[in-house]
Amino acid sequence: MTNPNGDYMIEIKKLNKWFGDLQALNNVDLTVQQGKVLVIIGPSGSGKSTLLRCINFLETPTNGEVRFMGNLLVENDKNLNNNRAEIGMVFQSFNLYAHLSILDNIILALRVVKKVDRKTAKEIAMIQLEKVGIADKANKMPLQISGGQQQRAAIARALAMQPKLMLFDEPTSALDPEMIKEVLDVMMLLVKEGITMVIVTHEMGFARAAADEVIFMDYGKIVERNTPDGLFKQPKSDRTKLFLSQILQNNQ
Amino acid sequence: MEKPDRRSFKERSIDFPWWMVIIGLLIIVTLLLIINTPTFNEAFITMRVGIITTITITLIAYGISLLIGLIVGLGRVSSRVVAKNTATFYIEVVRGIPMLVLIFFIALVIIPGVINFLGLMGEWFIGIGWVSVGEPLAGVNIRMVSMSFRAVIALSITYGAFSAEIFRAGIQSVHPGQMEAARSQGMSYGQAMRNVILPQAIRNMLPAIGNDFISMLKDSSLVSVLAVRDVTHLARLYAGGSFRFTEAYTTLAVLYLNMTVLLSLVVKYIERRTSTNDES
Repeated sequence: MTNPNGDYMIEIKKLNKWFGDLQALNNVDLTVQQGKVLVIIGPSGSGKSTLLRCINFLETPTNGEVRFMGNLLVENDKNLNNNRAEIGMVFQSFNLYAHLSILDNIILALRVVKKVDRKTAKEIAMIQLEKVGIADKANKMPLQISGGQQQRAAIARALAMQPKLMLFDEPTSALDPEMIKEVLDVMMLLVKEGITMVIVTHEMGFARAAADEVIFMDYGKIVERNTPDGLFKQPKSDRTKLFLSQILQNNQ
Repeated sequence: MEKPDRRSFKERSIDFPWWMVIIGLLIIVTLLLIINTPTFNEAFITMRVGIITTITITLIAYGISLLIGLIVGLGRVSSRVVAKNTATFYIEVVRGIPMLVLIFFIALVIIPGVINFLGLMGEWFIGIGWVSVGEPLAGVNIRMVSMSFRAVIALSITYGAFSAEIFRAGIQSVHPGQMEAARSQGMSYGQAMRNVILPQAIRNMLPAIGNDFISMLKDSSLVSVLAVRDVTHLARLYAGGSFRFTEAYTTLAVLYLNMTVLLSLVVKYIERRTSTNDES
């Protein structure tokens, strides 16, 4: 992928992450262009979640560079918080603020980080809740609604900050099967809007439909990077072939 | 309409709080003794003022200890080396010394030491010509610091360590994903602590805070060794003067029991409220 303007949304160079003796990321280079959807697949323990979490420094890399819209991310830097405010993140376990209603979950960061007044924040929150289809749950507490609804609320919470980039860390892995579709539908809506997204997922059907590019990771390395058609139909490496065949067996 | 309880008497009697009935009877018997017996009555009237002293000292000292606990507890979970080690040092030192010894040490060694130091500072300021700063400092005298005040400080510092551990446990009881979500939205560590972690932590801590308050009410009796006129000190005075040990110490014990049983009912009520909130 060449980009004459060099305006990458994310630019990662020689990224390494060690957890004690375990190397989770091994010299990873990765770029994501604005407006593109990148899906990361791979077996568990392959470092795909760690890579995602390094993009907004929830995990501090051992060494290497991460640039977001040209800004180099540095730990304990004031700009890090500003950059994070522009990167929405959706977690596997939703992580809605347990002591706040769905509405207040969305309002909190708008008020604390963006200093939006309560009335405006509420309007923004309701627009996002409409969008993900749970406006009627605004005054519920997180544990009073279903997992799928919680995850959609978490997406609304991230969208309310008007992020330039959305990160999804296995957003459907903690959901009951019948709730996966409602979350994927919301994500598909975002894909159509053209927001830049990086998604770690095991939903191969979604990856095929949504992704501009798919990367396969194993042992902390990017093994293969291709278009969804290319990667799923003609995987080049043996490890990719093995992984895909195992996934497909499980799905049948 | 409630369903009729079909359990046998024996089954129901297992759950029934008989102990509370017995405590209630004990309290009533003692109250009757206080009302009807002149010697018990005299003992109670002597100790009455001390109840207010005990409650006041406990309330103020517990308030301060919660403040210390919050700050030290935050230090304990901090990733900064100095903050973490200072907090742990304080907690380990306080927990490693008997409370009685610690109260003597703080009231009779640390606080006079600090006062002496302030006096020396004052003289030094006068020496370099800063008379307006130096004179009030040099005028500070240990006799100006009452024993009640020293007792409050001693209790606060001691219980601050326990409160800090409650705060640490409370903060760590909140799922790490909550902090991650807050940080991922661009909140600073402090903003996330204030708006996301502490509100949840404090709710989890409420029963422990209540129990700690009850412990402090009981341990406040230790300040009687500093001649603070709390209820224990007055009971000792009365017993020593009249040789009516039975009256003095029975009344004293029941007074404490009264206060702690009432408080523990409050704590149980809070416990039930917070746990039902979780289910809804």
